[in-house]
Amino acid sequence: MTMLSPEEWGIVALSLKVGIVAMLGALPVAFALAWLLARVRFPGRVLVDALVHLPLVLPPVVTGWLLLVGFGAHGAAGHFLARLGITLMFRWTGAALAAAVMALPLMVRAIRLSLEAVDPRLEGAARTLGAGPWRCFATITLPLAMPGVLAGMVLGFARSLGEFGATITFVSNIPGETQTLPLAIYSLLQTPDGDATAAKLAVVSVVLSLGALVVSEALARRSGAGLGGRRGGGRHVL
Amino acid sequence: MLTRGTRRIVVSFAAQERLVALFGPSGAGKTSVLDAVAGLLRPEAGRIAVAGRVLFDSGSGVNLRPEQRACGYVFQDARLFPHRKVRDNLLYGWRLAPSDRRWMSLEEACAFLGIGHLLDRLPRTLSGGEAQRVAIGRALLSGPRFLAMDEPLASLDAARRDEIMGVIERIRDELALPILYVSHDAAEVERLARRIITISGD
Repeated sequence: MTMLSPEEWGIVALSLKVGIVAMLGALPVAFALAWLLARVRFPGRVLVDALVHLPLVLPPVVTGWLLLVGFGAHGAAGHFLARLGITLMFRWTGAALAAAVMALPLMVRAIRLSLEAVDPRLEGAARTLGAGPWRCFATITLPLAMPGVLAGMVLGFARSLGEFGATITFVSNIPGETQTLPLAIYSLLQTPDGDATAAKLAVVSVVLSLGALVVSEALARRSGAGLGGRRGGGRHVL
Repeated sequence: MLTRGTRRIVVSFAAQERLVALFGPSGAGKTSVLDAVAGLLRPEAGRIAVAGRVLFDSGSGVNLRPEQRACGYVFQDARLFPHRKVRDNLLYGWRLAPSDRRWMSLEEACAFLGIGHLLDRLPRTLSGGEAQRVAIGRALLSGPRFLAMDEPLASLDAARRDEIMGVIERIRDELALPILYVSHDAAEVERLARRIITISGD
């Protein structure tokens, strides 16, 4: 494989930036939702569960359109952010938001599975030994759930790298700003001499995605077989 | 001491003896009583006091959190933290205990229970008897005001049972720590307990 041109490296770098920001931004939300779904019994739980999974089954173009409605110039959230001097429209931050929304279900799923696998009786034991709720969380729950949390982060990152439909709908396809790997490949396939470059970028995509899947599977296996899992065997989050 | 548990377990007893056994068939709610004493289960109503300290009283609204009760709970399944080595399991409660309640050091606990050689092992590599001794050590090192022991011999073979029973007798006699002991085994209770509270199935 021939080396990438500076322009192509720029596309890869933008994709990595969008992927990392999307994943890190989605992480606290995903963790809170996973905790809510795994540990708290409340009315409307089924509805929250369904809403979290919605981006997974909704046509991405619909998710992108919903983001446009909400975060566009006339949307309520967009209006609010504009007052703070933040615009997401046609910006890479908007691409990160779209990617985060699309990655959220996968991340919630992986983290929730790992939280559900933590034996609450171990937390009870920690409490009787003098640990308050927060210390118990930090020293028992979180370390035991960590492989699943990491797997969720890797999966979320990989999903963000591949985001296409919601991104192109929400923030369009602007080179250097919102044109991530999939969008660049799409554009190249529309141009007469773009095939070779498209192939190069496709190989980069495959390598990144494959690497992420291998890492996340290894982490999920570790959390299932290794430490204090209530369920035996590896758990697949996909 | 009186507990009315959520599963309509009604228990009432006051005891002065050092080792009090809750005796009864499986499913009678013995573990629920221990959980209520340790603060892991909230009774519907009642009053729990150990060594003159009120842990729970529905009448006056007292309900100490588990971490405030200083109850050294030894679980039936040891319940060691799987991601921490034996040393860190043993010191988990010790590190959290106020210094005036650290009446036992790690070295003393290791000598007392014969577990010094296990310190760098992970719990999953321990045998049942070893794990149970570590669990007892972890409870003792947390500086408890009393122990709650839930069938600590249940998962052990005959030789190990005898060994752990010896340890419990020494806790009772040498450490003079009040122990609330749950078992369904009549011989075990006969040997260890100074006072037996029978809990029936209904």
